[in-house]
Amino acid sequence: MALNITDIKSIAHLARIEINEQEAATTLTKLSGILGLIEQMQAVDTKDITPMSHSQNVVQRLREDVVTQTNQREEFQKIAPILGNGSGLPAVQDGLYLVPQVIE
Amino acid sequence: MEWEVVIGLETHTQLKTNTKIFSGASIKYGAEPNTQADEVSIALPGVLPVLNKKAVECAIKFGLAINAEIPPRSVFARKNYFYPDLPKGYQISQYELPIVGKGKLTIQIGEQEKTINITRAHLEEDAGKSVHGAIEGMSGIDLNRAGTPLLEIVTEPDMRSAAEAVAYAKKLHELVQWIDICDGNMQEGSFRCDVNVSVRPKGSEKLGTRREIKNLNSFKFMTQAIEYETRWQIETLEDGGKIEQATVLFNPDTGETKAMRSKEEANDYRYFPDPDLLPLEITESYIANVKTGMPQLPEAMKTELEQRYGLSSYDSSTLTNSIAKAIYFKEVADELYELCNSSDYSAKDCAKIANSWISGEFSTALNSRDIPILKFGLSAKWLASLLIRILDGTISRSGAKAIWPGMLAVADAKREAHLKGQDIPEEKQEFSVDKLIEKAGLKQVSDSGAIEVIIDEVLAANAAMVAEYKSGKEKAFNGLVGQCMKASKGKANPAQVNEILKKKLAN
Repeated sequence: MALNITDIKSIAHLARIEINEQEAATTLTKLSGILGLIEQMQAVDTKDITPMSHSQNVVQRLREDVVTQTNQREEFQKIAPILGNGSGLPAVQDGLYLVPQVIE
Repeated sequence: MEWEVVIGLETHTQLKTNTKIFSGASIKYGAEPNTQADEVSIALPGVLPVLNKKAVECAIKFGLAINAEIPPRSVFARKNYFYPDLPKGYQISQYELPIVGKGKLTIQIGEQEKTINITRAHLEEDAGKSVHGAIEGMSGIDLNRAGTPLLEIVTEPDMRSAAEAVAYAKKLHELVQWIDICDGNMQEGSFRCDVNVSVRPKGSEKLGTRREIKNLNSFKFMTQAIEYETRWQIETLEDGGKIEQATVLFNPDTGETKAMRSKEEANDYRYFPDPDLLPLEITESYIANVKTGMPQLPEAMKTELEQRYGLSSYDSSTLTNSIAKAIYFKEVADELYELCNSSDYSAKDCAKIANSWISGEFSTALNSRDIPILKFGLSAKWLASLLIRILDGTISRSGAKAIWPGMLAVADAKREAHLKGQDIPEEKQEFSVDKLIEKAGLKQVSDSGAIEVIIDEVLAANAAMVAEYKSGKEKAFNGLVGQCMKASKGKANPAQVNEILKKKLAN
């Protein structure tokens, strides 16, 4: 699969990463290199091999359904991102975290 | 042109756990904002998800209930998108290898049965909640709901009308409560449906372009939304327009569906296996273990009610709306059969009268109080002690109805006392139905001699009605029965009155 500069910009946008033209070009070279590597690996015959979804061959352990977490709202909200009004205060009010208005 | 509507559902059921799917924070409804949002819920750097065992068990129970494949391995994946109520930037869900595979659910449409194919069911976490309008230019975020365990249940596009879609949703709603994996509270969002609707010319095999109605949390809205959407799509196509794939919202105030502003590249979620979670292995013995803890399933219970208790398909499907109701019915019918203690009445006679009272008087009382059967406080044994007297003809049904309010008052007092942690007062204990029948003189007159005397009096006093009946007006007969019952102050055995009256009029 060959990537072009539009793919790079679109991937960057989806990941909310700002890149300039120069960086886009470098990224294109790097990512294409990685894809090339994968293409090379795909040439290996894996017919009888079970696909892995994780690098470690172990299974998920489960947790009992018991409440172990206590309310730490005050602690967490002290370190919330700062309000954009120059007050230097965390962006919280009435227990809510504040973000720029989201319009549906 | 004749059109056909094609409908598929995706239902989010909130699982009945104490804690979140990937952390030990409580999911209790109605807490102060963010007081149940721990470091995993707010996605602080470095935290790791740990899967909740109960959520896995709920999913397996569901798989067993719809007779689905439960694969030995399933995998969690990241669904990537940016939204403020999703602080990680991805939702942990399942994509390629869901925990529950293909299954089936049978619905009833009038007399017809129809099987709806379920494509899959997967575990995922819920997002938080945005609060708009409270603060100028800002949105507030409450992450208490973030991480709440959900089972998303997806059907094939198998439904062909709003009625079928709603029948499926109701059946599913009953089932998840029956197997006790979801509280079914639609107001609180524990059970919400996304409905995919498309239309195509009747007879066509090709699916039309679908629009997805999001987040319907009432069956009434579901009907309205599907009917509006179907009409809108047909009209658009007939006017030469084209349907664009879209997500739409239903507005209950206008009864209309409207497309949401389409999010740019909204469907490019770039799923990939979550490296923070290992593959989930589910062994045969684990499944067997979960199975032993499950109640008899609705279908099996329905068959039992029909075969062992002789109920009709309609009655058995009404009783199996809820597991508590079906079990209560069985208890009452069994107690009643035991009380009979003779070969005079069959188990089916007992079942018939138990069903008639439970679906009638009992349900009315239950609905007007809006409480679950388990908390109603009227023991099956006590109800059976009333029903036996209708069965053996000691009292008429109207006689039983005269006793009923007193029994309800006892149940009400019992609940109230329980709530306050007090003892039940002496006068509100379960009384002896037989003693009350004696005391209140409710005993039915089944002595044919006595009934004949009453009938003779009534016939003499209502010559006009008798003449009417004899001239062919069948209705006059009911009038005469009514007069006899009145004359006996409701105590005459109605079946006997009918029989004797018919004989006398035939002469």
